[in-house]
Amino acid sequence: MRMTRDDIKTIADQTVELMNLRGLPGDNPDGHFKKAVIVCRGTGCTSSRSDKIQERFETLIADAGKQDEIEVVRTGCFGLCEAGPVVIVHPGGTFYSHIEVDDADKIFNEHLIGEEPVKSLIYPDALSEEAILAYSEVPFTLHQRRIALRNCGHIDPERIEEYIAHDGYRALDKVLFSMTPDEVIETVTAAGLRGLGGGGFPTGRKWMFTKQAEGATKYVVCNADEGDPGAFMDRSILEGDPHTVIEAMIIAGYAIGAHQGFIYIRAEYPIAVQRLEIAIEQAKEKGLLGDDILGSGFNFNLELRLGAGAFVCGEETALIASIEGHRGMPRNKPPFPANAGLWGKPTLINNVETYANIPVILLEGAESFRQVGTENSPGTKVFALGGKIKNIGLVEVPMGTTLRQVVYDIGGGIPNDKAFKAVQTGGPSGGCIGADKLDTPIDFDSLKAIGSMMGSGGMIVMDEDNCMVDVARFYMDFITDESCGKCTPCREGTKRMLELLEKICDGKGEKGDIAKLESLAMTAQLASLCALGQTAANPVLSTLATFRDEYEAHIEKKSCPAGVCTSLISFFITEACIGCTKCARNCPVNCISGKVKERHVIDRDACIKCGNCQEVCPVNAVIRK
Amino acid sequence: MAVTFNPKEHKEALQAFQGDLDRLKGGRGVLMQALHDAQTRFGYIPPYVQEMISETLDIPVSMIYGVITFYARFTLEPTGRCEIGVCLGTACYVKGSARLIEDIENALGIKPGQTTPDGNFTLTATRCVGACGLAPVVTTNQDVHGRLSRDDMRKLLSLLKDEYQAMTEKLEVEA
Repeated sequence: MRMTRDDIKTIADQTVELMNLRGLPGDNPDGHFKKAVIVCRGTGCTSSRSDKIQERFETLIADAGKQDEIEVVRTGCFGLCEAGPVVIVHPGGTFYSHIEVDDADKIFNEHLIGEEPVKSLIYPDALSEEAILAYSEVPFTLHQRRIALRNCGHIDPERIEEYIAHDGYRALDKVLFSMTPDEVIETVTAAGLRGLGGGGFPTGRKWMFTKQAEGATKYVVCNADEGDPGAFMDRSILEGDPHTVIEAMIIAGYAIGAHQGFIYIRAEYPIAVQRLEIAIEQAKEKGLLGDDILGSGFNFNLELRLGAGAFVCGEETALIASIEGHRGMPRNKPPFPANAGLWGKPTLINNVETYANIPVILLEGAESFRQVGTENSPGTKVFALGGKIKNIGLVEVPMGTTLRQVVYDIGGGIPNDKAFKAVQTGGPSGGCIGADKLDTPIDFDSLKAIGSMMGSGGMIVMDEDNCMVDVARFYMDFITDESCGKCTPCREGTKRMLELLEKICDGKGEKGDIAKLESLAMTAQLASLCALGQTAANPVLSTLATFRDEYEAHIEKKSCPAGVCTSLISFFITEACIGCTKCARNCPVNCISGKVKERHVIDRDACIKCGNCQEVCPVNAVIRK
Repeated sequence: MAVTFNPKEHKEALQAFQGDLDRLKGGRGVLMQALHDAQTRFGYIPPYVQEMISETLDIPVSMIYGVITFYARFTLEPTGRCEIGVCLGTACYVKGSARLIEDIENALGIKPGQTTPDGNFTLTATRCVGACGLAPVVTTNQDVHGRLSRDDMRKLLSLLKDEYQAMTEKLEVEA
């Protein structure tokens, strides 16, 4: 049924009544539900069967006839993927981690019915001697500030009513009935929001350029082609709060004078695609998409377009080509999409996370938004924290937070007592940042100054066991695969850099290779057509800047200090060997000999360096050197 | 593996696909949608299907071929009954997924992008599936397996081999 302006308030009031336990400041334990079970249904947790966990809770509660007392809510990502599947019980915010389907019975019987939290299943960091910490109180959550992710983990993304109850579509109402398009753009400009897909271009200016561009037909596009390996910020927003992006796109359409929008999303994100489809359908039904939105006379329609696995399509001109149904190859700029984009018409392209900030800015004002973050980079940034770090997951921090705070205070540091080596930001276009620069504040300009970039928000931590030459090779391999082949510096330059890196990792590096790498890197940086090629050398240049000694060790000493590059290492059994014969039995080429209870020996000529022996050794007597 | 597409075996799917194409006809930039549809229905996009698209949407086959070969998700050859995808995203890579891929290569005798001769398994090196919290991650068709050690992978492979072997034998008996 189509909504009127008054319905926004009515729906919000009615729904809020039924959302009385969601782990937010406004929670009311005396409200409709007495308890709520929140089940994370993001991709990570769903992959570990949280869908079955949700079903099990629903069955148990229905069988006990308690549907009116205990609510089961499916939400988007809480953030701490490492602890998944995650279940939270309110009131109290009890944080259960690594839950299996059978654990649902235990939590139901002991906690939901018996009022006694199941200590054995609670997230270990939330347990202290005095009390059980709520999810919002554990160190991982405590240091964050959630704006783009404000609704993730609190609302059911498949119910538009819950979004409306959380101030949803109120910004749209405000914009349509009390602001001119110019006022909207002025507010976004005053807020100082910058493109969070990685570029950092001022969002308000982009909107203004598109509005000023000549032409009756204009388009609004959302770039949800999150291709950086190890990044899942946009996916989590779309899975946890799809309506926020839809609302922002309608507002953008009103501001620039467009009536049609497209969301270009990776086909590899089935859950996000499905939730967006549901959300668009619901918005249409309520008259929030289509003709005469909320009776304002403004029309806006939205369509989904699926990507098909091409990293370069994150580049805006390539993305446009792909929506048009062509090979996703970038073209020269200018003209910029703001003047000639989709089908040659003025087109506004922003990333998912950028849009997610828009409703908040328009509802609460530019001043309030500028309270968070730094002077030149206001607001927050979402990062997908991964790799060798304790608390893998999604974090949102104010701009200006240091890398050290993210890695240690929020991320919990490096597991297994290993030493920190580097943190990689910006994916294949970014760089590796060493320990000496850990106190750099995170904002667009500071990261650029140290040879990395904000990027879309992937943040991969590496420890002493990661070889930086191998990491550079890994990214170059990715880039050669994803280079579209249109311009020579990128197509040929990345290939030649990869060959050099492979040669070095293979122990065949020669003097002069580093200089060749640097020369190729500079050429690709200066002469490539699009950002993919221009930034392709960043992983090489940044590792060379900080870890030059590792490159030199590979080339001059023919050794890999981290023990990763197989051609440069050999396995060796130390005196710690107890002669259990396990390694010999597990060796695929039978190159280990030795008597029972005596030290074993590896025949290095026959060894294929598979590493099995090191993995099975019960006393860590097998080492690489 | 050379496979010929026999339209007679896919009569119903082709009819349904033609229906979808007719609906897309006249829309702008619909080629990608048509190709997604074809890939899902047939598991690959054989020349026969490319020609259907060409005729209905009035796009030259050469251009369709160009688009198919540009995107990783579209394939010109059928994939195995079970597609094993090893994530080579950064989070998985630094946690040793390259080792997993080597082990699978050795166990199945195929390289990424190839299919076993019995048509059971295709090995793919996938880009980030976004389940970085579970790294290293391996997908088998729709299922996601996380936090896999090499030993877990060995066990998973032998289970899969048995499962698909049994399935193939059953199909042969029925045939």
